Formats: sequence, structure tokens, C-alpha cells
Amino acid sequence: MSIIEVKNLTKKFGDFTAVKDVSFSVEKGGIFAFLGPNGAGKSTTIKMLTTLLTPTSGELFIDGHDVKKNPREVRHSFGIVFQDPSLDDELTAYENMEIHGVLYHVKKEILKERIKQLLEFVELWDRKNSLVKEFSGGMKRRLEIARGLLHHPKVLFLDEPTLGLDPQTRNHMWKYLSELNKTEGITVFFTTHYMEEAERIADQIAIIDHGSIVASGNVEQLKTSTGTSSLEEAFLKLTGRNIRDEDVSKTDAMRMRHQAWSRK
Amino acid sequence: MQIIYILWQRQLKRYLRSKSRVIGSLAQPLFFLLALGAGFGPVFSKAGQGNYIEFLVPGIISMTIIFTSIFAGMEIIWDKQFGFLKETLVAPVSRLNIMIGRTLGGATIATMQGTLVLFLSLIAGFRPVSWALVPVAILVMFLSSLLFTALGTAIASKLDDMQGFQMIMNFLVMPLFFLSGAIFPLDRATILGTIASFDPLSYTVDALRHILTNTHFFTLAWDVSILAILTALFLAIGSYFFSKVQI
Repeated sequence: MSIIEVKNLTKKFGDFTAVKDVSFSVEKGGIFAFLGPNGAGKSTTIKMLTTLLTPTSGELFIDGHDVKKNPREVRHSFGIVFQDPSLDDELTAYENMEIHGVLYHVKKEILKERIKQLLEFVELWDRKNSLVKEFSGGMKRRLEIARGLLHHPKVLFLDEPTLGLDPQTRNHMWKYLSELNKTEGITVFFTTHYMEEAERIADQIAIIDHGSIVASGNVEQLKTSTGTSSLEEAFLKLTGRNIRDEDVSKTDAMRMRHQAWSRK
Repeated sequence: MQIIYILWQRQLKRYLRSKSRVIGSLAQPLFFLLALGAGFGPVFSKAGQGNYIEFLVPGIISMTIIFTSIFAGMEIIWDKQFGFLKETLVAPVSRLNIMIGRTLGGATIATMQGTLVLFLSLIAGFRPVSWALVPVAILVMFLSSLLFTALGTAIASKLDDMQGFQMIMNFLVMPLFFLSGAIFPLDRATILGTIASFDPLSYTVDALRHILTNTHFFTLAWDVSILAILTALFLAIGSYFFSKVQI
């Protein structure tokens, strides 16, 4: 049974088509890697799936709910870790969790217990009263994962969750995520530029380029169909070796400034 | 209700925790008050207009209100990419509640700043005509804060980078402040007097001047009516634009 269904999804920004007639589905309880070079349409697709962006055309379903028609049910059914931080830096880890609980209508009686359980899970319980601005990049990402799970979503979206993290932290993150996937049956949907991560973790993969899906299947299928021995080679064969020189978007410009300012 | 409350409370916590921000944002109005007060005071009284500090304080309070409020509203530009806003936008709550929570939070902070400036001005020798009316002045501050936070939200919902923010500060907020009669008396015979009647901040300045010093250009009822109508209008526009925000 598939928990995410995308049918003929298209998104245009003026003359530019960011996502072109994309269809795919994600099996319930699976770990799905959504891969593609920069500017291929990954983030745009995630934004449409998570109700942040309205598609130009096409249909989207999460856990049987129509994303366009029932955004509220859809929002209850997923958790998300964004590429850019979305924690409140001036609040403590605990307060960030608490607000999330209220936003998702988690009952007060169970909220406390769940926050404790999740912060322990990502090993941040002893830092619960520290302000988030004192956290390292990896700690913030772990907190975002814990927060995304607080309302017991069926799907967890992660947009480049390991970007900028050291190998230790990355390994840790995937350990949490596969544990969750196994024990709780949460479907994990992630994007990454690290092919070896996807090869190791994902049981389903879709590769998107220039707004269209160019290949999908499990690692073995992708390797066999391209006649390559690793996912990285398969990826390069499918998407070409040309470096994508994107113009710096306004978001990128702000991102650079943000990094410059937030460095300690 | 709980959603609005927690978003409001979040902004207050942020404000109360960053002491440097509180002090930093009080420095500007204080400098204005002291420099302009000392500089123009003698000229003002020679021209037969009375005590300049007394005239200036409501204007500087209004300045604090408009700067703090518009800034609180415009934080959305930054917040939607790198901040907490995204977290609220994917949550199963209505955009209207998010907008109301944020706006109330921003307006509360601006009102607190304005009130602080009022108390600080006591050091510069300012005395309100009646202490009993100070709560009324605070109400006017809150109404104006709502107005400008909503205006900031409306504008920020339409912008997607920080350059736009600079533009708005220079081409909207500064003129609104300078044309409002905050630092000089309005005169109906001049073009400035006419322009000022199209500036919402003029009504804040005038209402505060009326309540705190018992001098006025328009009438208090007129000031408050205009402010209330504009607040309702900007809240409606702000909510509409905010509901359409895409990331």
C-alpha cells in the first residue's frame, strides 16, 4: 500500500517549469530517497507535498488525504525537517517542543511524557533547558527530528538532513531514523546529495532531473538498469556529469548572509 | 485561542530575554529626545510655542511605536526562510490564527517599548498633565501598534528578500515619521499640514499629545476613529496577504 501518491504533478513559476508532470508513489513503512542535482525540483516537490506551495496542476495524496482539498488532515499526518532551520533560537529546546505540541493539539497529559521520551531518544534531554542558539548544527537537527515526531506523524520528510554535519553526527542521525522506521513503522522521505547514504539507507529511490523523474526503483534495479556498480555511478550516468551552475537565487543570497551572521 | 496565546507568549519571551535588544531599541528614541530637545528647545520657546520637550515626547513615543511595530511585522521576510514561521505554516492551524498571534505579540512589544520611553522621558523633565490618563495613552499606543504591525505584515507577505526591507524603511517608515508632526507643529495653512492628515502616524502623535499634554491639532475622537478604522483595514489586508504566503 502506498502512503504518498503523486500524480502528474506540475509546478510553473512564470515561464519556468520547476516540476514537469511528475508521478511516483511511496510504500507505507518504507525509506524513500528523492535524489537529484541542484535545481532539479526536489525542494519544490517537498514544498507541494507539505502544503507550503500550491501545485499548478496534478494530484497529491498523503495517507489517503488530498493535499489540496484537506490540508489540515495532511498536516497532521506528516512531520518535517527543513533544509533551513525552523527552530526558535531564543527559546529552549523544551519550549520549542512544547509549542509544537500546542500547534498540533497534542493533549497536555501526554505532551510532557512524549517530549521527555523524544528528547531522550535524540540524546538532548539533559540540554532541555538550554537555549537553542547555544546548540551546534547537529544538535539543532536532532531537535528538529524530535520535534517533527512529537505528534506521531505517519510520514517524516527530511530535506537534506545531513547537510553540513560531520560523519559522526550523520551516522547517528541515520541510526535514529532507521530505528524509528523499524520500530514505529514511520515512512521516511528524504533528499540528500550523499549517494552512499541513500544507497545504504533507502529501500526505494527516485531520481529527478530538470523537473522530471528519470529513474526509480530500489538500489539494485537502478544499478542493473544503468549497468553500473554503485548508486553514485548510476546517478551520474542518469543525470550527466555537467555541473549545474544555478544563478544565485534570493533565497541563496539570504542563506549566505544567514550563515555569515550566525557563525559564532 | 490556545494557538494565539502561545504564539503571543513566544514573542514576549523572546523580547524579555534579549536585554540587549530592549536597551538597544531604547537608545534611538532617547538620543532623539535629548538631541532634538536640547537643540530645538530654545528656538521653540522663543517662537512662542512653549516647552519643546513637552511637545516632543508624544512624537518620540510614536516614533518608537512605528519603528518597533513595522519591524515586528516585517520580520516575516526573514522568518519564513530561516525562522520559526515555517514551523507554524505546516502545522494544522489556520493562517488567520497565526497572523493574529504574531500581530498581537508584535503590538504588545511595541506598546511596552512606547511605555518605557514615556517613563524614561520623565528623566528629561516630562510630566503628563494627568497620571490618571496614562492608561488611556497606553491604549492608544496599543491600537497604533496593532495598526503598524499589521501594515508591516501585509508588506512583508509580499516581499521575499531583505533589500525590500531597506526600501520600505527608507521610503515608507521614515516619511511617515517625519511628516507626522512628531517633531514639529503642524499648520493647516501649509502643504505639510495637508500631507500630515494622510499619514496614520499623525493621528497617533495627535492623540498622545492630547492625552498627555492637552494640546491637539485634530480632535481626540477623530484621531481614535481614524486609527481604529485603519487598524481594522490593515488587519484585514494583512491577514489576506498572509494567508496567501507561499515559501
